[in-house]
Parts: sequence; C-alpha cells; structure tokens
Amino acid sequence: MNFKRFFSRPASAPAARERLQVLLAHERVANGDSDLLKTLRDEIMAVIAKHMQVDGDKVSVKMERGASVSTLAVDIEVPFDGGKKAA
Amino acid sequence: MGKVIVVTSGKGGVGKTTSSAALGAALAQNGDKVVVVDFDVGLRNLDLVMGAERRVVYDLVNVIQGEAKLAQALIRDKRLETLYLLPASQTRDKDNLTPEGVEKVITALRKAFDWVICDSPAGIERGATLAMRHADVAIVVTNPEVSSVRDSDRIIGLLDSKTLKAEQGERMEKHLLLTRFDPARAERGDMLKVEDVLEILSIPLLGIIPESMDVLRASNVGAPVTLADNKSAPAVAYFDAARRLKGETIPVTVPGDKRGFFGKIFGRKAA
Ligand SMILES: Nc1ncnc2c1ncn2[C@@H]1O[C@H](COP(=O)(O)OP(=O)(O)O)[C@@H](O)[C@H]1O
Ligand SMILES: [Mg+2]
Repeated sequence: MNFKRFFSRPASAPAARERLQVLLAHERVANGDSDLLKTLRDEIMAVIAKHMQVDGDKVSVKMERGASVSTLAVDIEVPFDGGKKAA
Repeated sequence: MGKVIVVTSGKGGVGKTTSSAALGAALAQNGDKVVVVDFDVGLRNLDLVMGAERRVVYDLVNVIQGEAKLAQALIRDKRLETLYLLPASQTRDKDNLTPEGVEKVITALRKAFDWVICDSPAGIERGATLAMRHADVAIVVTNPEVSSVRDSDRIIGLLDSKTLKAEQGERMEKHLLLTRFDPARAERGDMLKVEDVLEILSIPLLGIIPESMDVLRASNVGAPVTLADNKSAPAVAYFDAARRLKGETIPVTVPGDKRGFFGKIFGRKAA
C-alpha cells in the first residue's frame, strides 16, 4: 500500500453522502410520478413530435439533476422542411 | 461488429456492477468505443457507480417500449469520450424487457460500438437470462467463497444452454473473474484457493481483483475504479483483465503474492 497516496487523499464519504442526497430527493418524487423535469421532458417531446419526426440524431435531450436547481436541455436540429410533418 | 460481453454471476454483491464499470472504462481508456448496459431493471446502480446518476434521461425500457430512440438514451461519460452508459429503468420491472426488444437494442449497439458490456442482475430469472442471451463472451464474476462458486456453476450451465450461441450449437467463450480476493484471508488459509475455484469451475481465469478500499472510494465519488485511481491494485488488476479480454497473454498474479521478505518465507504460493 502506498501510504503517501493513502493519506493525501480527501475522504470520499462526504461525496457519497452528497450524491445520494441529491439523487434520492429526485427519485422519491419521481416514484410518486410528479417529477417536474420528466413531465417537462415528455410534454416538450410530444410537441416536437407533432411538428417533426423525432429522430434520435436530431433531437437530443439532456438533464442534470442538482441539489437546488436542475437543468433540462433540448437540442433540436430543425431541417429546412421541418414544418412538413413526416408521416 | 463489436463484441457483446455479459458480466454475470448468479449471486448478488459479488462485484458484477463494479467490474462492468471498471472493465468498460479500462477498454475505453485504451481508445475502444464501449457501451455498458445496465440490465438490472428496477434496481439500477451502474449509473451511480459510473457517476452519471444525475444525467439519466431515458433508459433501456424506454427504448424497448419505443418511448425514446437509442441515441437519446445513451449517456456519454464526462471523462472518457468513448465510454457510454445505457441505464436501466428504476421505476418499472423486468417484465418490460422483451426478448425482441433486447435483441433489437443489442443488434444496434453491436454495430456502433467495439464492446457492448451487459451488467447482469443477480438471480437466474428473466433479467439475467436476457442479459446473457446475445453474448459472445461471458465473464463469470465469482468470489472465493462456497455459495458464490456454487451459483457461478449454475450460471455456467445456463450460459451453455439458454444463450443464442448455445442454441445454435456454438461454444460460449467463458472467463472467470475472481473478485473481492482478500490476500490476508488467503494467507490464513480461510479462503478458497484460486486453483481450487479454477478446478471446480474449469473455465479460464481472466483476472483476480483484490478486495480493496479503493473500490469503495471509487463508488463513493462515482467513478469506475480504473478511472478514479488508475494506479491502485484493483485498477491495475482490471487493466490486465481488459488486456486479456483483447487477447493478450499476461500472467495472472495472485494479490498478496508479491510480498516482502517475511511473506516470501512464510507464504505459500497459490497459483
Ligand atoms: N474488489 C472489491 N473490493 C472491495 N469492495 C468491493 C470489490 N468489488 C465489489 N465491492 C463492493 O461490493 C459491493 C457489491 O458490488 P457490486 O459490484 O454492486 O456487485 P453486484 O453487481 O454483483 O451485485 C459494493 O458495495 C462494492 O463496492
Ligand atoms: Mg449489480
């Protein structure tokens, strides 16, 4: 065992605690089916699907769950003829 | 065409998820394109071990049910460009995994990645059999302990009968990954010996991963151990295992065998 490495590293338990708190706070609401982020995601995707074919390469959805703020980023590549709904 | 690997064991808590993440990252650190797929529907944990838990948008079940495209469900690792995760669903159960759906996903992944690593749930039910179904190679994760060895034997039987390869009359390539190996207990003679496990299961050895605090630390911070501390003993063991997976011949060292003076005098060689 490398003692220098062992003692110079910060404890990892606080990181574990912080990560779990954020994750579980989100999961508990999610299991109650009232996850705002997820609702937003689904409704936005439904709107997009109404106007263009939702293609995995053209629509990317990113979420990042934070302690006090979460972000939802929807990146849409709208083609020139995007207005014509694909069957 | 990529290779599909199932990381399986029968028993829970032996190190499948830890190994899936560590081997996946090790292969990706080498530049290969890797996706790690969590088959533990209902009890996902691979996202947590890989530090992607806050970024899960869609999961395997969403893709299978047609609610999301595969590309939308894949999460790219923040540290390694060529490492991806396909998370399991946390809110639905295993019945949502259909054989047809799994086949479609695996076929698509195989085309896009060099390695598709399937992290199997414990047990021998649907989740576990679907995880192994399309595998080219199986990594049987075993702890040097009686119930784990017994469960591994059972899983080896399933690998040889319930997989596509087996049904087509082909041979499933199987490797033993001995994990949570405790050199101190081995030294005292309280742990099954490496050669005993190998003799009982009679499949080739991919590597021996020592029981280590470094694994706990890595999961605390949300990084595969090969990324969290690439010089640590378990990381080095996983790097070697990854190279053997790629076909290199590297001798396996039994953890604790490279001891100092006293160890050499009093120790017995294990393999
Ligand atoms: N080599 C190791 N040293 C120490 N702890 C380990 C090691 N491998 C796994 N663990 C721990 O054992 C527990 C179960 O591991 P996990 O990979 O989740 O097993 P599985 O997926 O087979 O259920 C986890 O807490 C993990 O951190
Ligand atoms: Mg697991």
